Amino acid sequence: MRYMMATALAVAMAVAPAHAKVLRYSTNADLLGLDPAINNEGPTNAMKTNLYEGLLYRNFNLSLAPALATEWSQVSPAVWRFKLRQGVKFHDGTPFTGADVAFSLTRYQSEQADMRGYMATVKEINVVDPATIDFVTNGPDPILPQQLPLFFIMSKAWAEKNNTTQVVRGTSAPTFINFNANGTGPYKLVERVADNRTVVEPNPLWWGKLDNGITRAEFRPIANAATRVAALLSGEIDLMYPVPSQDKQRINSSKGTKVLEGPELRTIFLGFDQHRNELLDMKGSGKNPFKDKRVREAFYKAIDIQTIARVVMRGESRPTGSMVAPGIAGFSDDVDKRPAFNADEAKKLLADAGYPNGFPVTLDCPNDRYTNDEAICQAIVPMLARVGIQIKLNAQTRSLHFDKIGLKENRNTSFYMLGWTPGTFDAHNMLVNIVTLDGPGAGQNNSGVYRNPKVEELTLKAGTEMDAKKRNEMLVEAQKIHKDEYGHIPLHQQTLAWGVRDEVIDGSVKPRPSNDVDLRQIKMK
Amino acid sequence: MFAYIVRRALQSVLVMASVAFVAFTLFQYMGDPINQMVAQDATLAERENLRRVLGLDRPFYVQFLVFLKNLVTGNFGFSFRVGTPVAQIIAERLPATLELVLVAAMFALFVGVPAGVYTGLHRHGALSRFMLTISLIGVSLPTFLIGILLILIFAVVLGWLPSFGRGQVVQLGFWSTGFLTTSGLKALILPSITLGLFQTTLIMRLVRSEMLEVLRADYIKFARARGLTNRAVNFGHALKNTLVPVITIAGLQIGGLIAFAIITETVFQWPGMGFLFITAIQFVDIPVMSSYLVLVALFFVIINLIVDLLYFAVDPRLRIDRSVSTH
Amino acid sequence: MSVWRSLQDLVRRFLGSDVFYSFRRSPTVVIAFALTLLFMVAAALAPWIVPHNTYEVASLSLNDAFLPPAWVSGGKLTYLLGTDDQGRDVFSTIVLGARVSLIVGFASVFLALTLGVALGLVAGYVGGITDSIIMRVADVKLSFPAILIVLLIDGVARGLLPRDLHDKAAVYVIVLAIGLSTWIQYARTVRGLTLVEKNKEYVQAARVIGLHPILIMFRHVLPNVMGPVLVIGTLGLGVAVLTESTLSFLGVGVPPTEPSLGTLIRIGNNFLFSGEWWMAIFPGIFLVILILSVNLLGDWLRDALNPKLR
Repeated sequence: MRYMMATALAVAMAVAPAHAKVLRYSTNADLLGLDPAINNEGPTNAMKTNLYEGLLYRNFNLSLAPALATEWSQVSPAVWRFKLRQGVKFHDGTPFTGADVAFSLTRYQSEQADMRGYMATVKEINVVDPATIDFVTNGPDPILPQQLPLFFIMSKAWAEKNNTTQVVRGTSAPTFINFNANGTGPYKLVERVADNRTVVEPNPLWWGKLDNGITRAEFRPIANAATRVAALLSGEIDLMYPVPSQDKQRINSSKGTKVLEGPELRTIFLGFDQHRNELLDMKGSGKNPFKDKRVREAFYKAIDIQTIARVVMRGESRPTGSMVAPGIAGFSDDVDKRPAFNADEAKKLLADAGYPNGFPVTLDCPNDRYTNDEAICQAIVPMLARVGIQIKLNAQTRSLHFDKIGLKENRNTSFYMLGWTPGTFDAHNMLVNIVTLDGPGAGQNNSGVYRNPKVEELTLKAGTEMDAKKRNEMLVEAQKIHKDEYGHIPLHQQTLAWGVRDEVIDGSVKPRPSNDVDLRQIKMK
Repeated sequence: MFAYIVRRALQSVLVMASVAFVAFTLFQYMGDPINQMVAQDATLAERENLRRVLGLDRPFYVQFLVFLKNLVTGNFGFSFRVGTPVAQIIAERLPATLELVLVAAMFALFVGVPAGVYTGLHRHGALSRFMLTISLIGVSLPTFLIGILLILIFAVVLGWLPSFGRGQVVQLGFWSTGFLTTSGLKALILPSITLGLFQTTLIMRLVRSEMLEVLRADYIKFARARGLTNRAVNFGHALKNTLVPVITIAGLQIGGLIAFAIITETVFQWPGMGFLFITAIQFVDIPVMSSYLVLVALFFVIINLIVDLLYFAVDPRLRIDRSVSTH
Repeated sequence: MSVWRSLQDLVRRFLGSDVFYSFRRSPTVVIAFALTLLFMVAAALAPWIVPHNTYEVASLSLNDAFLPPAWVSGGKLTYLLGTDDQGRDVFSTIVLGARVSLIVGFASVFLALTLGVALGLVAGYVGGITDSIIMRVADVKLSFPAILIVLLIDGVARGLLPRDLHDKAAVYVIVLAIGLSTWIQYARTVRGLTLVEKNKEYVQAARVIGLHPILIMFRHVLPNVMGPVLVIGTLGLGVAVLTESTLSFLGVGVPPTEPSLGTLIRIGNNFLFSGEWWMAIFPGIFLVILILSVNLLGDWLRDALNPKLR
């Protein structure tokens, strides 16, 4: 028996080398899957950024830096030229070439790829010579480089060998590529056990240098917020987000832990089904009230966002009228002004629209994606009930929610919550994904099918406009039209809050405005 | 003797077969696996083709036999929700549950037996009455509430013990254990008390009533008449004779512990099989549900069989048929 | 009709019996009885007597969320036990929650009792292969703890129903699950008693005059086996309430829009660490009192009706 214990201890010591610095971090749900071309979601994209690289990389201050490309320039209005970094190898040792970029493009542009919006303007990629490639776009594309940090390059040979060249849509699809990764990124995948842990270690073949002290990083989802807080306090994890508003004080007052806060670039909003002729909950009526602008306006004005900010968010949010946050290119103070809360006016608008007694509708909500998401929806229910709406809440976990409101289930929603951080930090990305349908790759997250020809036109034009000032005017105008039509109900930007153990996390670490953990930007003591 | 063992074994096989049949029916008719596997816009021909490849067009009994063969070879299919083989997920979770159940059973025995002896010997003592009252309240408290109260007291207010998870675990081959680290041992305390409390009170009451009965027996009176010390009578004769039923009942209770671990694991976010089962129910993850069912049934059948054989070996008077179990 | 008459008879016998005497003699039982009665009356009248109807979502005010109990600083008198995260009055949610818990409890006991008594009667009276089949099913089910079977039935029902019906059907699903997993005790007891009654003279006589077996079973045998069934039913109510609250706590029971006591505890559990303890603790206390009272009553009834223990 003693011998066995001794062996066991030896094993225990062997797995924990003396100077190992293991970063254990957590958020409220598991990654949706590692396939680079699908699952366009913040935490998932952040993990992909650890494992894969784009041609360019986005710094902490949101500026672009060289990654797989060392130089880039626009050689003609519709051609961007990139010099490829030489000597780069994938995790499995195969060399990186221009052919891999071209291959990754075909996956991104497949019908099933959620990420196709990022590569929508690209017509083709030409390999000029082993060190040079050209992106040929459909017309001029001034912001192509902005899309590249999320255009992850994968190995063509590896994908073919593992029979994973096709993209399979759906969160957590049980495909090989959702559980394995072979990128050029600074970290390589050690283990992925769905719903339990995703473990990465520094990639010794990486061209750059990592000096953040992390020898191993373990991502462990913990669904229950109270449990996640407890895990941080007891030292079982080193970093976690989001911190529930009500637990901030407790973390700050405990020894060894603190809350890091910052503004977040994500906007939380509600959307309406403006597409079906009949609302899902009004079978047989032949009516879709949300097609009437007055109804959308009534919903907008019935929601008392200030009280939500004070009580549900405990002061940790910034109510907004804009679909993008300050700091995003194309943000406008004017658009940000929110029509005031006015329940009486909402009632009147509903009566004018022919619904004095309201109508039934279900609010679809995630319950583990955004800070207090379910609580916000729960708070909205009585507000809408007070103006006469028979509202039901359907709150569920993020993967089911995204599948339901997304293309997987053909936008099976009438009224839903979503949050969006433009991946390019430019309002154009929001317009393409959320409020338009016609442009290339557009409407991936336009779950209510909002559509306005003028907005479509402005968005398309802004996509090819090279003059920055003119472009900005177009973006603002498109947002204004959308706002005046009450196309969506922007709610707020949440304050992001990370809980960290300050005895292991370096003091220089700041939460990224996109609220994701990019391991390169974390430093351990 | 031999015939009895064969009959019991056959009975166990029968139970397992019916459970497997229920699991199979779940598998086959609750979630069409085809829908889970193909893209939304797959054509009818593609679906039919896949159906043929997977053998889902074969007659019912053939499919059932294939299912049985898969079970026996440890092939439980793929989880609908996370897309990994169910066998792998369960193997990952099994050590957590078994360690928890083991510690809870130890707790129940080492607290329940002495408490039962004490209350049996001192029938009218104040401490006995107190213990019996506590045990009555303990039975009426829902498991999850006990867990919440323990968390509130020892984790939130006092901050002594962790409120969730297994702490640091050490990987010994395929087995991950929490027994080798301080944090792992600390993490076991609250969940195992929560899980074991009901069994503790049960064992205590059982030992108590057995003690009361045995102490009235003639051979005890005779032993006292012979002038043996109280100590020798109580522990040498009385306790020894109460232990056979206690150990067998305790054995049967291990099955109950595995089932109630579902609740404890949810309260403490313990990464075991029970927690997995609850998540599977919420997500209607049929393969995980039915595999869990088959596995737990297997545990039950084996435990019941062992206990029955034990009875048979220990007490010759019981060499008659007993029904399967006593829950 | 004979069941009714025998019940009347039972009540008359009860008031003049040792049972009633032992009831009056035990203060614990009287208190337990009073509490159970109080709970039932409160639950029955809940929608009319609660200070705030928390089902009326339009009446909820977020401004009143997270208020502590009235006696803690910051509390308001209108919210005696404080409010929850949505501004619902905790006391009102408890009374309404107890109503849901008791409705589920009674309905599932009724289902289990009907099913168990009927099957037990048939198994005991008819015997033979019918008996074997019913009892083997019971044996297999008894190999597993009830909670597992309840969870399984719950899971199967969820699989069969479309996802958007889950919340609506939740209560029925739970009643079905608890009922289907607890009928065995009734069946076993009734079967055993029926085997005894079957050979008594009055049954023989009924058979001789050519009464239909079903008539004999339900009119003559049934009234004579109802006593123990009543005991199992009372204890079963406690178990059913406990099981329902457990399911709801696990998140596969009653949805949070019209919560039961278990659902309330689950919601409150999220706020344990941030100091809003009243959201979980008060529903917990009420749940324990309810189960304890019903159990004490059942225990007492069992002892009182068991001549061996008298």
